[in-house]
Amino acid sequence: MPLGDLAPEIILLLGAVTIVLFSAFTPHAKQGWAAGLALVTLGLSAGFIALQWPTTPSTTFAGVWALDAPASLAKLLILISGAVAVSMSPDWMRSDRRHGEYYGLCLFSLLGAMMMAAASDSMELVVGVLLSSAASYPLVAYHRGFAPSQEAAMKYFLIGALTNAFLTLGVVLLFGLVGDTGYPATRAALDEADHLALSVATGCVILGLAFKLGAFPAHAWMPDVAQGAPAPVAGLLTVVPKLGAAVALARFVDLLPASQLWPAVVSLISVVTMTLGNLAALRQTDVRRLLGWSSVSQSGYALMAIAVLGRTPDAMMALLAFLAAYALANLAAFAVITHWRGRTTLDDYRGLARVQPVAATVLIVSMLSLVGIPPLVGFFGKFLLFEATLEGGFAWLAVVAAINTLVSLYYYLRVAAIMVFSSPADEVHVLGRASWLAMLAAAGLLLAASLGVEGLLDMSLQLVT
Amino acid sequence: MILSLALFVPLLGALVLAGGARWNARQSRLIAAGAAAVSLLALIVAWLTFDLGGPLFQHVAEVEWVPSLGVAYRVGVDGIALAVATMSALLFLAAILFPFDTQGEARQYYAWLLFLQGVSLGVFLVLDLLLFYVFFDLTLVGMYFLIGRWGHGNPQLAAFKFFVYTFAGSLALLLGIIGLYLSLDAPTFDMRTIIEQQPLAGGGAYAGLVFLGIMLGLAIKTPLVPLHTWLPQAHVDAPGPASAILAGVLLKMGTYGMIRLPLAMMGETFSRYALPVAIIALVAILYGALVALGQRNLKRRIAYTSINHMGYTVLGVAVAASLIGTPEARQLALTGATVEMVAHGLITGALFLITGVFWQRSGEYDMHHFGGLARRAPLLTGFTLLAAFASLGMPGLAGFVAEFQVFTGTFAVYPWLAVLGILGILITAALFLDLLRRLFFGSLPSHLSGFQDLTRVEGSILAVLALAFVVIGVAPHFLLTVIESSATVLVGGR
Repeated sequence: MPLGDLAPEIILLLGAVTIVLFSAFTPHAKQGWAAGLALVTLGLSAGFIALQWPTTPSTTFAGVWALDAPASLAKLLILISGAVAVSMSPDWMRSDRRHGEYYGLCLFSLLGAMMMAAASDSMELVVGVLLSSAASYPLVAYHRGFAPSQEAAMKYFLIGALTNAFLTLGVVLLFGLVGDTGYPATRAALDEADHLALSVATGCVILGLAFKLGAFPAHAWMPDVAQGAPAPVAGLLTVVPKLGAAVALARFVDLLPASQLWPAVVSLISVVTMTLGNLAALRQTDVRRLLGWSSVSQSGYALMAIAVLGRTPDAMMALLAFLAAYALANLAAFAVITHWRGRTTLDDYRGLARVQPVAATVLIVSMLSLVGIPPLVGFFGKFLLFEATLEGGFAWLAVVAAINTLVSLYYYLRVAAIMVFSSPADEVHVLGRASWLAMLAAAGLLLAASLGVEGLLDMSLQLVT
Repeated sequence: MILSLALFVPLLGALVLAGGARWNARQSRLIAAGAAAVSLLALIVAWLTFDLGGPLFQHVAEVEWVPSLGVAYRVGVDGIALAVATMSALLFLAAILFPFDTQGEARQYYAWLLFLQGVSLGVFLVLDLLLFYVFFDLTLVGMYFLIGRWGHGNPQLAAFKFFVYTFAGSLALLLGIIGLYLSLDAPTFDMRTIIEQQPLAGGGAYAGLVFLGIMLGLAIKTPLVPLHTWLPQAHVDAPGPASAILAGVLLKMGTYGMIRLPLAMMGETFSRYALPVAIIALVAILYGALVALGQRNLKRRIAYTSINHMGYTVLGVAVAASLIGTPEARQLALTGATVEMVAHGLITGALFLITGVFWQRSGEYDMHHFGGLARRAPLLTGFTLLAAFASLGMPGLAGFVAEFQVFTGTFAVYPWLAVLGILGILITAALFLDLLRRLFFGSLPSHLSGFQDLTRVEGSILAVLALAFVVIGVAPHFLLTVIESSATVLVGGR
């Protein structure tokens, strides 16, 4: 067994276990060290991914893990997102009695997302989804005394339990149909499979992944988690599961026998998701909830690339570039909110651009990137999506997405306008130095990705060749 | 190199102003004016070293950015871009120097103006289609914050409407650009390559859709009737100098884009739709003039004359795109359209600065509020008179040169459109004479007895703009040769 192939995942696992043990035997004052441990683990893991960057796609461990550029890029993005979220946390979690274990749970959640991105086997996919879910529920509920947090966690858990059950059902059906769980064997056997059973199984799997993706019809947890969960967790969970699930869904859709049906279904889910997310975000008076709905709509955009997968070679590149842009911008936005002690009501954002110019600028820039205003990286993400969609013959989908982008401009601008054009109400309390640095780091990553977009595209281009 | 200087010095200035919290109002204004002046100087040098017999695009510079998509930082100018960009830089300098109450946030105000200058010049100077779109969109961001923060009336709503409405146009433009990009054999955003290859020359529904997307985006920006409804409110609520920029520079991006994209890159497709575009332009000419005539609000009236004037420009571009006429007539129309852009920028820029003067002194735009100011404020009266006459097309001033060429060219191609279009000039004359009568003649109302004439700074800035449109009116040769050198190539005469 080529154990080295899994080095990034194994390191993450060992790191998580170490942190749990460490925090069990450390006084509360020193538990902040666990954040450092987590960052070191993430760095090591990312280093191994860079070292073993695959030149040709292959699989390992009896075909269970995919080793290809999409998997590596997605894993790298997951680790970077995790690192940003972890560095946002120490100030926020300092007073929590279980400060240390928090980082262990974060790492487990990341590991689950990484497994989703690399799964080349449906059982493996189930394990990844369940690990990611099981580690995420307690993260949302981490503030036990805070009712909105409990409510969000309960909603998250109930929707998650239901959709994970459907996912398992779908995978079992699929296994029954083709007699194998590996993707290559599944692909070969699906052509002769019974159509009705295949449709049911595929529907169940898509439903299960829609939950992790935050896409219709399993999107309802997203705004609650964004609003109620601890702010760093909200940043983590609106980004990381989405990264893993989008790649997993792309791999799964790629297996299905060529027909007109599946691209149409995916594009329909895409349209409903982006429209619903945007319309719901329009009337929000709560910035974190607004970002939650915006995150739903962004899942809709990501699904555009999955709908044209196989019709154009650029689709995978577009998907990954878009996800990278989304992840960086969304994390930067939540980093600002964390730094502002998770302030959430829109009215509390009055005039913040005058009192807190740097943080407000970061928030505005990250929201402009989410809209896709050039030359920010979000523009390139959307540009590639539009290009792939037009090339794949789904021009109507690109037009719908363009209209949706326009609608989304409304609510992002509303936040920007209230920060810039109103006068500040009262004093602004900020979290601390670590959250300030985390915010700057997130903003730096966003700007670096905007200017160095070529590097990002280069990495994802390798998957085409 | 010289063009990059013109482009980046304002952006750098904006960064300096945004970064340093210690600049006071005077220093901020000085830094901004300095950066704008350097940028203008660079463009003048570029003009002086422009080789009339040389290749279409000159002063070209290129730096790789995203080679896997065919995107690069590419700048270069032809005569048309050079003329419009230089006019823009002059207008920006005037707007920056023009005295304005910045409500205690001078640093931010000048930073945004410089940012807007950098990205606006970017639109005119780049030779990369994607970068063109980038700058095209960034101008919205700059103008949004200028109107929303320093406007009056209901500025946030006006700024918001402006942003969303024109962003809708941008997205249509983006889809069109991607369509054009995908139609190339080896996808690139290099404008020179696209102009050379004429990718959609075969026609068909695809070419029509791409043309529609691009034209829709540009028509909203221009704005062409019936897509003009964002303009009046944005203008009325914007601060004076920002209005001057909005009318003088931002509207030009629509018509400049029509010359650069549809006319140059898909001339064959444009020629099939030239007549409908010309008819819409005629509607804009007449409608803009008639609605302007009906306005009581000074700023609204001038805003609607912009729609009328941009109609002349679009008419000229459409005539140049038609394949019916002789190359000479089409070249004449294109030259006229470009001169109209320059003239309208200078004249309407001056007029909007003048409305700013009225607002700062009285807080009122309603023309019924004014009267008899000729004796109280002779300098203001003189400059307004000059600008109004230039705008209505009085011979000897810049507007006449432009409109004469546009209509001569149009007459050779679509004679009956030219005949109907002339009516627009007649209405414009009526509305400007009416405006002058209401503002300056009759008896002076008692509440205006303290009305101050132009200060020295205001007067000298308006004098420079006035000098520019008088010189273009009397001796247009220096401008025409530069524009003609490129117009001839674009209509296929060379």
